Amino acid sequence: MVENNIKFLNNTSKSIRKKVIEMTAYVGGGHYSSSLCCVDILISLYFNEMNVDPSNPSDPDRDRFILSKGHAAPGLYATLAEKGYFHSDELLTLRQLNSRLQGHPVKSYNLPGLDSSSGSLGQGISVAVGIALAGKMNNKKYRVFVLLGDGECQEGQVWEAAMSAAHYELDNLVVIIDNNKLQSTGSIDDIMSLGDISSCWKSLGWNIIEINGHNFDELLNAYKFANESKNKPTLIVANTVKGCGIPFIEDKIEYHTKPLTEEELQEGILYLEGRY
Amino acid sequence: MYDLNNCNNNRDAFGNKLCELGKLNEEIVVLDADLCSSTKTDIFRDKFPDRFINVGIAEQNMLDIAAGMSLCGKIPFVTTFSIFGCGRGWEQIRNTIALDKLNVKMVMTHSGLSLGGDGVTHQSLEDIAIMRAIPNMHVIIPADPAETRSVIEFAVDYNGPVYVRLSRRKSPKIFDDDYKYNPKEYPILKDGTDISIFTTGNMIRKALIAAKKLENEGISAKVINVHTIKPLNKEQIIDIAKETGHVISLEEHNVIGGLGSAIAEVLIQNYPVPMKILGVNDMYGTSGKVDELFVHFNLTSETVIESANELLKFR
Repeated sequence: MVENNIKFLNNTSKSIRKKVIEMTAYVGGGHYSSSLCCVDILISLYFNEMNVDPSNPSDPDRDRFILSKGHAAPGLYATLAEKGYFHSDELLTLRQLNSRLQGHPVKSYNLPGLDSSSGSLGQGISVAVGIALAGKMNNKKYRVFVLLGDGECQEGQVWEAAMSAAHYELDNLVVIIDNNKLQSTGSIDDIMSLGDISSCWKSLGWNIIEINGHNFDELLNAYKFANESKNKPTLIVANTVKGCGIPFIEDKIEYHTKPLTEEELQEGILYLEGRY
Repeated sequence: MYDLNNCNNNRDAFGNKLCELGKLNEEIVVLDADLCSSTKTDIFRDKFPDRFINVGIAEQNMLDIAAGMSLCGKIPFVTTFSIFGCGRGWEQIRNTIALDKLNVKMVMTHSGLSLGGDGVTHQSLEDIAIMRAIPNMHVIIPADPAETRSVIEFAVDYNGPVYVRLSRRKSPKIFDDDYKYNPKEYPILKDGTDISIFTTGNMIRKALIAAKKLENEGISAKVINVHTIKPLNKEQIIDIAKETGHVISLEEHNVIGGLGSAIAEVLIQNYPVPMKILGVNDMYGTSGKVDELFVHFNLTSETVIESANELLKFR
């Protein structure tokens, strides 16, 4: 059963990666490399962990997901489409006029399954703290999952939010740091090092687990670990590879925003289909 | 009828009204960045400790936590000093709260020069400009305790982001206790035919004093309480300009981007009339007693009278 499940997640991850590079190449923009990096996290949440139902996207009892690193929107959109919130044909409207698929997620465009706007870095985690606090006040059982970029942790607001989540003992909150060690113009260690992420957050009172963010066994195990936490929010430090799945993009800073050429797109698809 | 000698604190009116409404509506929650004894939300805290969240000195986090709570049906009141809430939290308000018309009420106190002695870092002379530049935003400046209470009721009933600008200063009684705030109509506090003085908040007192003195000089001045800077009631402003032909705006704010700018934007495109915009002339505040500061920055009834005389030279 578990093996079948992991096999399903592996196949889904390939299909979603393919959609990510197709939609961003089609429009000539969008952060595909940051998206590829967190696809495994996204699908492990949406297809395994989270209590969500695409036919009832506003259910007040649903688990929430906030993409604090909003530039990975193509990854989230492809995942929501795959989950059945909307037809995947719509993915090709990304970033275009009147599209519900804004360059960074905007809730008021009413894309089903989108829980919050995000994209201005550092804000999503605070919104998630608010949702988690409201859940506690309302005696709701839902959980809130947030995906933060590692570079995003350079924003001071992340630390305001981290402090408050621990202070309010929000064990219904799970933050995942997409720890790919790169940011827009270079490596995090060169630009502004974050120190030891795990010990920083642990000292604030968080429950910490560090995993390989591309390994489904480890991801599912980390969610289990988070669910068992009492009175502490959980931080999952997910070590990832930017551009994961397409070797010539992996760990390459120049692919943060540069559109893929048609040739690169085809080559990427061959890799994902295992035909390279 | 107004009584310039009967002064009370709008913040107390806010704190007590919030508490009263909190009893009726369980969805109301209050967020504070450790200034509740100044913003008077400590009254709510003492009554409803489970619905009161002091996030510590962290305004950006506070605003976005409020955004998250509003997504779950709560009606969050976010309170701090105007300069910190609007200034430091502007992008949170713009990109998270107002963007999706989230139901967050931002009641910010100690606006304008009212923090006198604390000086420039704590005074706020730009908040009207930066808040009204955000789409979807309501910008309201209550005149006195009665209007404050009614505005807070409106804020709870209205679904969407609201900014309420309060001062630290006491306000003279302008309205009776049963006054009802109507966002679509500006109260005329004194009628007049020669010139209109559009004013708001703390400056109402100076405008009324100036209008009375002008009367003695044979100049009939109308005084209008512009309680809502956004959405602006354009029709009423145009009608008043048509009646009096000359316009003065008076505000405890930079002359750039505030009440005067908002009115000028309407009149210049619809019914241009000679106008003077009175406020702080693009300067930072400074330490001093508030009354001294008003004189220092020329926010006095004398300035209004001089401006009226200058405008009416062209009659």
